[in-house]
Formats: sequence, C-alpha cells, structure tokens
Amino acid sequence: MSRHPYLPHTEEDIQTMLGRCGATTLDDLYADVPDALRLKEPYRLPAPMSEPELERYFADIASQNRRLLCFAGAGFYNHYTPAAIPSLMARSEFLTAYTPYQPEISQGTLQYIFEYQSMMAELTGLDISNASMYDGATATAEAMLMAVNSVRKKRRILVASTVAPAVQQVLATYAAGPGITIEVIPEDGGVTDRTAFEAMLGAGDVAGVIVSQPNYYGIVEDYDGWADTCHSSKALLIMNCHASTLGALRSPGEWGADIACGEAQSLGMPLNYGGPYLGYLCCRENLIRKMPGRIVGATTDAEGRRSFVLTLQAREQHIRRQKATSNICSNQGIMTLHAAFYLALMGAEGLRKVNTLSYNAAHALADALCDTGMMRLKYPDKPFFNEFAIETIEPLSADALLAACLKKGILAGVRLSDSSILVAATEMNSPADIALCAETVKSLKS
Amino acid sequence: MNKALYSNLVFDLSRKGCTGYSLPHYDYGKAAGELPENLRRQTPPSLPEIDEPSAVRHYTNSSNNNFGVDTGFYPLGSCTMKYNPKINEAAVAMAGIAPLHPLQPVETVQGALRVYRTLEKALSEIGGMAEFTLNPFAGAHGEYTGLMVIRRYHMARGDEARRRVIVPDSAHGTNPASAAMAGFDIVEVKSMPDGTVDIADLDSKLDETIAAVMMTNPNTVGMFEKGIPEIAEMVHKAGALLYYDGANLNPMLGIARPGDMGFDVMHINLHKTFSTPHGGGGPGAGPVGVRAGLEEYLPNPRVSELPDGTLAIDFGADAFGRVGAWLGNFTVYIKAFAYILSLGSENLMRVGPLATLNANYIMHSLSDLYEQPIAGPCKHEFVFDGLRDKSTGVTTLHVAKALLDYGFHAPTIYFPLLFHESLMIEPTETESRPTLDAFIATMRKIALEASAEPDTVKNAPYTTPISHPDEDEAALNPVVTYRQLCAKQI
Repeated sequence: MSRHPYLPHTEEDIQTMLGRCGATTLDDLYADVPDALRLKEPYRLPAPMSEPELERYFADIASQNRRLLCFAGAGFYNHYTPAAIPSLMARSEFLTAYTPYQPEISQGTLQYIFEYQSMMAELTGLDISNASMYDGATATAEAMLMAVNSVRKKRRILVASTVAPAVQQVLATYAAGPGITIEVIPEDGGVTDRTAFEAMLGAGDVAGVIVSQPNYYGIVEDYDGWADTCHSSKALLIMNCHASTLGALRSPGEWGADIACGEAQSLGMPLNYGGPYLGYLCCRENLIRKMPGRIVGATTDAEGRRSFVLTLQAREQHIRRQKATSNICSNQGIMTLHAAFYLALMGAEGLRKVNTLSYNAAHALADALCDTGMMRLKYPDKPFFNEFAIETIEPLSADALLAACLKKGILAGVRLSDSSILVAATEMNSPADIALCAETVKSLKS
Repeated sequence: MNKALYSNLVFDLSRKGCTGYSLPHYDYGKAAGELPENLRRQTPPSLPEIDEPSAVRHYTNSSNNNFGVDTGFYPLGSCTMKYNPKINEAAVAMAGIAPLHPLQPVETVQGALRVYRTLEKALSEIGGMAEFTLNPFAGAHGEYTGLMVIRRYHMARGDEARRRVIVPDSAHGTNPASAAMAGFDIVEVKSMPDGTVDIADLDSKLDETIAAVMMTNPNTVGMFEKGIPEIAEMVHKAGALLYYDGANLNPMLGIARPGDMGFDVMHINLHKTFSTPHGGGGPGAGPVGVRAGLEEYLPNPRVSELPDGTLAIDFGADAFGRVGAWLGNFTVYIKAFAYILSLGSENLMRVGPLATLNANYIMHSLSDLYEQPIAGPCKHEFVFDGLRDKSTGVTTLHVAKALLDYGFHAPTIYFPLLFHESLMIEPTETESRPTLDAFIATMRKIALEASAEPDTVKNAPYTTPISHPDEDEAALNPVVTYRQLCAKQI
C-alpha cells in the first residue's frame, strides 16, 4: 500500500477498525454499491507528485504567466495589498474554519464579519450589510431579486446601459428564472439618459432601477433627484459602485439609494486572474428581512458579555428551503476579513489618499496620452475618476496600441472597440510608469 | 492573552490621529482639477484609526477565539472538513497568479488557463462527465448553474412545459432554493424508513412537467441510493434529467462515478472533496459537469484548447448565460489541483474507502449509547437521533455544546429534518485512529454524564471564549453594525 502524508491510516489501523465494524475488507463497506457501477480501474490521472515536484510544476505554470504594468480596470483595479493582510488571512484559525455555526468557538470569524458589515454600511452610507456575496456581478443580481421581492407584483427592472457589460449579462441570467423583464436605459454621451429613464419608469411596473458609479467608462454620473423619482413610482434605486471609490465619491446613502452593491476587490485585493473577489450588498434597514445570505448580529452571552452570532436565519435556505430569499450558503467568507482589515488600516484618511492618488494618476495619464496627438478622450466634457475611455486617432488603432504596449510589458487598458480603449490608474502607477506608457504610444508616431 | 486590551472590536481600539497605511507621495505634475462638489462624498465614513501593530494584535487575538480544522477534529456532517494541505496555499504563490488582470490578453495567462483546463479535465475523469465549467463560486451556485443548464436543454428541445424539479425531503436546503431561483416549482419526494428515496413515490411524480430530479448520493443520512440505476432509467424514460449534488462526493472517490450511475449534470464542492479551505464560509468553488450532449449549454466564459495546444477564452452562443464576472474563484482551483496532483490517481482511489471506514468506526463505537435510526453500514457520514436515553432531557444541542469543552467541533445538528434530534457526523479520511478514539471516548463520557448528571451536560460549554449567546434577542432586535451597537450600548 502506498503511503501519503494526508492519509494517517496504518495497515494495522485499517484492520483493527474494520474489525470493530464487523467487516474484513474496505470493500465490505460498499456492498450496497451495485457491481455494475463500480470503478473497474484507477482514475486516468497522473501518479502522485512529491512536494518538490509540485514546486517545479507550479513554477512552470508561473513561467507561462506574464506580469504586466497594469493600466487595465473595467471593474477590477490594481490597488496595493498591505503586507499585514495576507499574513493574518493565512492564520489557519481563520482559514480552516467553516461557517460559524457554533458561536462559542467562532467569535473570531463572527467578529470580523460584524466589523466588515459595519464598515461597508459606513462606506455606502446605508444602514446594514450582509456577510458578503460571491462577486460584484452576483451581488447586483441579488439586489435585483431583492427589489422584485420587496415590491409586490412588479416585474420590470431598468438597468443603465453604462453598467459594466459583464454585470448586465449576469443580471440577464438571474432574471430568467423568476421571469423578470430587464430593460436597458440608453446612454447619451457616456452617461445615462435621464429623459429616457423617466419615460421608462413612468410606464409603470418597475421594481428597481440599477445604475453604476463610477460607470463603466469611469465617468462619475450625477444622480441628483433620481432616488425621489424612483420612490415616487415605488421603485427602489440600486447603485452598483466600486467599493474603494466610496471613500471619495458621494455615497449611495447620500444619493438616497435603497440598495448599494458591487465589487469590493478594489479594497486592496490581489487581481488573482479574476478571484476570489468580494461582492458586497448593503441596504436600508426596512429591507433587512429581504436580504439574502448570512448576517451577523450582536447579542450577549449568559454572563452578559458582548458576543456575536449568525442571525435572522429564517430568511435562509437551510430553514426556508424554496421560499428562502436566496440559495446562497458559502459566500466569500475570509475575503470579508481582508476588507475589514484593509479598511481598518486605511481608515477614512488612507482611503481618501488612495483615491486622490488614483484620480491624479488617471488624469495625468489621460493628459499624457492626449498630448501624444494620437489619442483623444471619448467623453471630454464628462468628469471621470480613476478610469477613462479614450479613442485612437487614425491611423493608430486600439489593437496596434495595445500590441505595442504589450511588447514593452504594459497592459495599456481594455479594448472597447476598434478605435477605443478603457484605461485606469491607481496608486500602484508611478509618474515614471505613466511616462513610459505615453512614450510607448508616442513611439508609434512613425 | 490580555483580552481586555486586544479582544475588542477594531472600532473600540481606534485613536484619533493613528495611521495604519503606507502610501507613496507621488507628484504627477500638473494638478488635476477637482470633481464637482455635488459628486463628492459629503461626510467621511466613520472608519477606525489604528496603527499596524495594534491592528495585527487585534486580529491575531481574535483568531485565537476561533476553531479551525488545524485546531482540532471538525466532524461537521455534509461539510467534509478534511485537512487543508499547506502546499496548496504555497502553490498559489508559486503559480504567479496574484498580478494577473482578468482581462489581460490570453497569451499572457497561458499558465492560469492551463490550470483551469487541466483541473476541468481531471474533474471530468473523476465525475465521469464530458466537460466541466469551473466558474460557479460555491456549491449552491453550482446547483443553480446546473439547473440553468437543464432549463436551457429543455427549452432548446422546445420542451417548455418542464417547469418542475423533484427534490427528496432529505435534500440539502440549497437544492429547493437553487431550483426556485432557476424558475422551477418544487415537488418533494418522500424517503423510506432507511433514508433512501421512495421509488414508488418518485415514479408517481414523474411526468412531462418534470425537468429534473436532484439527488445526493450517498444521501444526507450517509446511505448509498442502491436504486440509482433504476431511478436513472425512470427519470430518463420520463424525459427528465438527473442532477447529482456533489456535496457528498468524498466517499465515492475510488468507488464509483456519478456519470456511470446515470447522472447527467453534477456539481463538486472543491472546498469539500478537494481539500480547499472553507475560510469561515468561503471562498469556495462549485464546478459543474455535464454528460456529452450538454456541453454547449454551459455558462460563459469558457476555456478551450486550440489545435496547437494553446488555450483560449470563448463565449458560446448556446450557453444559458453567465454566472459571474469572470472565471470564478481562481486561486481555489490552484489549491484543488495541487491536492489532486499530490494524491495522484492511486491515493485518490483510497480517499473514499478510508473516509467511509472512519465514519463506520465511529458509528459502531457509539451506537450502544446514541440512537442509530438507520442500520449501517453508512458511507462517509451517519446520523444519530440523539441519545438512546431520552429520559434525561439532554438533547442533541446539549451534546454538541458539551463537545466544545473537549476541543472538538460539534457535528451538524438538527439536519437532516427526517429526525427530531439529528446529530450528523462526518470524520473524513484525514483523521487518524487516535483522534477518532479520543472523540469516541468523549462522546461516551458525555452520554454517561447525561444520564448521571444531566444538568452538567445541559449547562455546557464551560471553557469556551463566550458562554451560550442569546440568539433569540439577536433575531428579535437585530444589531448588525457598530453604529447600531453604540446606539444600543451592548
């Protein structure tokens, strides 16, 4: 018999244990599995690899990945991860625990989720947060379902065309099951068309309106009066925002929104080729019983000490089954520790500085690219934050620009069309990085 | 540890003027104009101000109030709390994934895509399926994805009357909840006294309105559904598809493959069977596999292999849609893949039998004191219906809490709903005989104590960081943020 470090049974253990079970062989324990279903030969998978071999294997994987100087965003931003965070997240007391079903021995997990909920409520300017959703797109989809479940018998959802395409696609997927009709509010000059929005809302039957801030093009839209307009039609205003920017931008609560949702990856989470990230979902207190997912609440123990528990579980699938607010069970768990720890270290002041640096870097980059004479802003009269849409001027094309930058190890942005790209910057981009990117573009002038 | 100093909420440790961040002072040249005033935040968020050492001590001490698989035995039924190998975590760092932006060109992420594709193929081999998507973020998300594949399949055939899904009454709560989200009505099928599906009841409910039957095999009481070949035949004859809830896949490793049992669609919880850490509730991963003929309906985006061996990302026209912003919880795949490579084929074949041996060993060692409602042998887990001695008033909840004082996590309690005092134990294959013996001895001690001094057991736990919290109060008057907490002064 082969030996493996994760399998602690000796041959003697197996014989002794089988004896107690009244069996002679391990096969006896599977007498109820029909022979026709049994595996007749081992899996067609490689032989075991030792740890040194695994190291070589994953080093080879790494050699097929290329780290680039990142100016891409489109919903995922290259912010700095403070070194203390991964160090604490690796603590196995946190990492190897499951959902805190036994509060007496899970106060560590419960406490950081409570801290996370508190900080996200602060950031969004809303009353409450749940204990996380999978990602920004699914969080927005759950916000849509909340709206439909909160407003009786209304089945229409309006989604701004300036919401990221991937989020719109996930919304369309989640709308299919419950039979929700999604209608897209058109854009006008890079921002949501207010006249169209009011006309579509006026047609009635709208449960919720989903807008984005900053929007997909990096533009900061003016939602003044939108909440009142929604509420006068008994529709909820749902704002999809990148979490980090909430430290600087007018919050969903300040706009009068009912639900805030989106991607919290921008709180210093590594890009990790798409995950794990963190979907957040916050709302006003009156919607708490429509909230999907886990929620941690404070209470006291038998000695009157402050303690934390999973609460309002009567909303959830393990109690309510098909009538639950959602099917979500495992969520992004330990990523909420990342978010809470990040926000604690940054504080309001650090977050403001990250945003100022990102804003300044993006504006400097936009200026430098326009100064090449080969590019121009797609929406020059609109205020943008840390990301902008920019067009190439013929004969330069988006593909030629991206390819030339890639040769220099620069990810210059995300392609929008043959002649436009989306470019982002953060505090990770130094003035020299920006100069290098602009120089590379300029070198294409011939 | 000094609990008074370090174990407060991070907000309690905040001191005005403290800084926990370190940021560059870049000068980008000409100053950008400011955003218009009405677009800017009016009131700063009330976040803590804390120095780094205080924050690190806070979370370190907080972690000491937690219990993980590395702390001790975690026999939480249906959750497969096996050991989380450390090389898995190291592999994530080694693979050079952290700086990769999801939208960077495919030629610069061939290593990442190689992991996705190779893991997908390995899971197909283990599941007996044609192809997997790894995109779903968790088990329940996988169920939803699988059901949407099924929905798309029936619609593509013009079979739109199939709007109902059959779920056993012993199923995980996620099954009916996921089916409801996918737009299906739920039909419940009864269980036999031995916990397996009542085939006659199932037969009576199969008709042309049924889209799928969801099964967990072994089921949630740890019994193998022996009738599965007959069930698969019935389901397919009725034009429905058979869905495999992979939450209980672990005991089937090395024994049988869901595809060979007749299942059409399945999900796998990588954070259960494939050893990735549960992280206090996530991130997990719930890959979904389908049999040949259903691949085209899997969600976008998809990873495919070109004739020259390079990998690409596709958006298929027949996909039912998209379940996340990109390819899911990517680092989880690296961990699961490292686990599969480490065990290799020969050791993966031993996982199921050893997990099952451990469960049966505990069951046989305790069934004289705890009520065993279903005769064995079980598979990876089993259910007791509380203590045999019901005269003392000591319940399953009391037994669970008493275990905490002995350094064991509690089993899953009050699930499945088939029994009043369900106590569901799943040891996994990574637990040694001495660990199991210590657990058995403790369970016996608690059972004997329950009869001799019931109040001692009822008042447990005694040694945990907190005693029993008032959960009714928490639900009645929810306090879910620090702001609310301050208002209420807990």
